[in-house]
Amino acid sequence: MNFEDIKQGIIQLIKKAETELPKDVIVALENALEIEEGVAKTQIEAILKNIDLAKKTQRPMCQDTGIQTFFVTIGIDFPQINRLKDLITEAVKKATIEVPLRPNTVDPFTGKNHKDNTGDYIPYLTWDFVNGSDVNIIALPKGGGSENMSKLGMLKPGVGIEGVKDFVVDEMIKAAGNPCPPTVVGVGIGGGADLSMKLGKKALLRPVGKRHKDKTIAAMEDELIKRINNSGIGPMGLGGKTTVLDVHIEKAHRHPASLPVGIAVQCWADRRAQMVIHADGSWEVA
Amino acid sequence: MEYHLKLPANKDEIKKLKISDILYVTGNIFTARDEAHHIMLENEKNALPFDPSEMALFHCGPLMKKEKVRWQVVSAGPTTSSRMEIFEDKFIEKFGVNIIIGKGGMGERTEKALQKFGGVYTAYTGGAGALAADKVEEVLGVYWLEELGMPEAAWIFKVKEFGPLVVAIDSHGRSIYKELKKSI
Repeated sequence: MNFEDIKQGIIQLIKKAETELPKDVIVALENALEIEEGVAKTQIEAILKNIDLAKKTQRPMCQDTGIQTFFVTIGIDFPQINRLKDLITEAVKKATIEVPLRPNTVDPFTGKNHKDNTGDYIPYLTWDFVNGSDVNIIALPKGGGSENMSKLGMLKPGVGIEGVKDFVVDEMIKAAGNPCPPTVVGVGIGGGADLSMKLGKKALLRPVGKRHKDKTIAAMEDELIKRINNSGIGPMGLGGKTTVLDVHIEKAHRHPASLPVGIAVQCWADRRAQMVIHADGSWEVA
Repeated sequence: MEYHLKLPANKDEIKKLKISDILYVTGNIFTARDEAHHIMLENEKNALPFDPSEMALFHCGPLMKKEKVRWQVVSAGPTTSSRMEIFEDKFIEKFGVNIIIGKGGMGERTEKALQKFGGVYTAYTGGAGALAADKVEEVLGVYWLEELGMPEAAWIFKVKEFGPLVVAIDSHGRSIYKELKKSI
């Protein structure tokens, strides 16, 4: 297996995520352009122009290239599982120079920038194991402005799902223009504090426009999209019809005494890219 | 209304600007986030290595690349302005900055300072970093790079037709954000 080649593949994965948005996000932004007017329209126009320019010039669409975040699904028959963590970390260091990425990892105690986008626990990796021999990596570089609007609510179970809806709508109205709307909102309901936050972030992996397969949850997603957009916050919080491009919900069973709700917010730059590594070391980035 | 201004902008030009106007600026701008605000406020205006009153203030932590000896902007959209709310009124008063470029809006303290000293807060589309970089003609300098690192350092950019900027808080006490909040 050619590890240098796989590393190059991971760099390409990062570059793709930073420079090209998935088609589903672009379609949603183009739909927003059709319904917006005035100042709101100028914002969507600038966003679409920016996306186009970033792709053409192969440079990161946003200066905040994020915290490098990867969701890795490993087929248990992949022969070199033990090398994956090092390969991803090395690729992040190299991508910092080659793409380039903004050095975004700062020690919380000394304030010192690690300068290569790695550090304690970073890149942030989530592992999952399945049958098979392919490794699937999703890159989700996560910007700070939207991450700062994340929220955990430990609600009282008595408020029910209606209470969950109100919590999400209120928090997104409070966030206003700060997370760079139109955003994609991931909501994790249930589990514990950490699991609800994790589910919120995982929900962001779903393509924009795709509803949850459970009809009740899908209906709740539709309702939240409508309610948040009715707030009038609009693109960049300057007023308009499009505050969210989508809301995605995931759930876990909860403790009888708890109703955790985790909100993960993604800016319009809903950067996602995917890579498959096969058992022989060959790979594709999409 | 749409305006194209040369920097530094004078008092009359600032006064003309009303919320929802679109603005493009040409001239010099400097970046400052939390840390640069902090360092600059610890100094007197004449002790600074550049004159902030000659430029627009850009809330931005750019992505830069050094090509041999010259710095180049790769991507440079605005950062969230509300983090600078705790500094900005003092900053406007002390350094005479009259155009601020950022995203997401600012609060009452900044609003009042802009009204009192004659200035505007303008919003540049968040995340539009490649588009912004395209309007930077030259990187004129950088300060506190070693201590603060790339995102937090103060970068001086020479820009041409930098925009579209939306006048979001004007010098007459009006704010798009405040008015929107009232209507929700």
